[in-house]
Amino acid sequence: MSGDREQILGRVRSALVPLAERAPLADWDRELVHVRTIQPATDLWALFAERLKLVNGTPLTTVAELVALLEQNNWRRGYCDPALWPQFKEAFPATFKVETAYDRTRVDDYDFGITAAAGAIAETGTLVLTDAGTSSRLAALAPWVHVAVLRRDQIQADITAALAALPADPNVIWVTGPSKTADVEGILIEGVHGPGVQVALLV
Amino acid sequence: MARQLIDQFATTLPADKRASVYQSTKATHEKRTKMLFDQFADPNRLRAIAGGIKQHVLEHLDTYLPAVEAKLQTNGAQVHWATDGEAACQAVLRIMRARGATKLVKAKTMVSEEIELAHFLEKQGIEALETDLGEFIVQIDHDHPSHIVRPIIHKNRREIATSFEKHGLGAYDDDPQTITRRARQFLRQKYLQADVGLTGANFVSVESGRIVLVTNEGNSRFSLAAPKCHIALIGIEKLVPRDRDLGVLLNLLARSATAQQLTVYTEFIAGPKLAAQPDGPEEMHVILVDNGRTEVLASDCKEILRCIRCGACMNVCPVYRQTSGHAYRSVYPGPVGAVLSPLLAGERFPELADLPKASSLCGACHEVCPVDIPIPDLLLRLRAKGKSEGAPLAGVGAPPMGAWALLASQPTAWKAALLGGKLINYLPTKLLPIPPLRAWEKERTLPEWRGGNFRKWLKERRKS
Repeated sequence: MSGDREQILGRVRSALVPLAERAPLADWDRELVHVRTIQPATDLWALFAERLKLVNGTPLTTVAELVALLEQNNWRRGYCDPALWPQFKEAFPATFKVETAYDRTRVDDYDFGITAAAGAIAETGTLVLTDAGTSSRLAALAPWVHVAVLRRDQIQADITAALAALPADPNVIWVTGPSKTADVEGILIEGVHGPGVQVALLV
Repeated sequence: MARQLIDQFATTLPADKRASVYQSTKATHEKRTKMLFDQFADPNRLRAIAGGIKQHVLEHLDTYLPAVEAKLQTNGAQVHWATDGEAACQAVLRIMRARGATKLVKAKTMVSEEIELAHFLEKQGIEALETDLGEFIVQIDHDHPSHIVRPIIHKNRREIATSFEKHGLGAYDDDPQTITRRARQFLRQKYLQADVGLTGANFVSVESGRIVLVTNEGNSRFSLAAPKCHIALIGIEKLVPRDRDLGVLLNLLARSATAQQLTVYTEFIAGPKLAAQPDGPEEMHVILVDNGRTEVLASDCKEILRCIRCGACMNVCPVYRQTSGHAYRSVYPGPVGAVLSPLLAGERFPELADLPKASSLCGACHEVCPVDIPIPDLLLRLRAKGKSEGAPLAGVGAPPMGAWALLASQPTAWKAALLGGKLINYLPTKLLPIPPLRAWEKERTLPEWRGGNFRKWLKERRKS
């Protein structure tokens, strides 16, 4: 309510009146958040892949590897971003059933979802997704396997760099490995509401 | 000597619960410390910087709040203000009624616990379902969270399996994987049916109006992918000046809370979905909630508003480890709760005036706090407040200090007492019929009396 706004701002102002001076905004150097256990990398994909594996994510460099992983686990029904499908279609055998429109009334019918990443952070093994780049929020989230398609030139070195380059987008999501919980007796379980398998596919 | 309420509660806590709370808080604390000190050259400086950023925000809320309101509106969100819990609940209800909405899914937000939003909405005939696994279990059990990051740290798998069975979520099975899969299946249908997804916010950037949310499970992502309306319930202290400052805070939050480099999902929300996006909210509302915060801002304990809700202080606290969270009788347990809960209670302060005494003032909470809150100092200020306001609970359990004061103010009497103190070593203290002493010795062993050694040492040192 507008009355509430004026009341809250009034209370804030009177709470701050007695302060003789107010705390200035301290600046800080990015060295402060530099993770010293990580060696500086020239190949950001290699570092990203190494860090992604540490959080139980799956870095892949060819479509053939992806198809093998899906076949091995009998994950044959899935969704693919219509803009990406033409380049992958050839590699998928006819035993796969891949749709390019996501039907939210059948969330359990999709074993995997393939969508485009908007970036990545090497230091943490993090994938960056955006609303503009993701063809369907649900398809990137609800299936057991999510495959984010990433280009080498999209990878940022660290969190500081990624924050400086945050896309102007209403829904930027940093994804660091599969969905997880330790709520039950502190035991780590993956795949709570989101994917149990998080793949980054380099193209 | 009467026991403090928290001690009374602790005596009723089953030994196995105490052991599991102790083990898991200790393990998280140790991982957190190792990670911070292995990975950063100067984690203590990092904590000081983070504390400085948040203190700066608090002391500029008069300009930052209108500034962030304008940014949020530019991003396409509708901004509402709520002076208290009732106003915040009513604001949620108004938004839902205007849309004809009857179902809400809720990601974890501490402010919604504070204002008891789910209870309120249920009374209005609205389904308000918790989606964080721990909070969901708390909800179906009609229980309360006992830790701000690990809500069911006080429950074991057998209890969870029993309540799942009772609520029609499958036959008894206490395998944590099965429990998680069943919640996954049940809740994803709920997300898809919900009209509104409600979240909190870990941070809001004044510079960009971006709301930052972190979760490991992905429940807040789902709450923003299936429903068509997003409501974010945000305490007015959650602001950060610039996007860049999130670099300090996100790095500290994940490590302090769960010893992770980053939480699995870190979301930056700046408005409703894009037109081309098939999923997600077309409408976004932000409710800025005071609910006692401006009173805290006006008090001599305003530093507590820096808190980023990581739970590190409870994980390290020797009192929390022995009593678990329900002993604090409020939404925020542990050292942060011992300060924040009595302050947010407003007129009900006397009911929680004992909490600031639930501490040995060992200082461990200050040492781990990612925003460098001097919690022991704040506890002392609140103890003084309790005493000066004459809150009866503020005095319970305090040992009688009159005799000590008499001795300590007269050097001759003090010296004589020191000599006499040696006698204690030869007395069977456990057998003495002094009730407070017996109560104290029941759980502790009196150390050997060594009084007077310092004076002896000082005398000799002055001679040489």
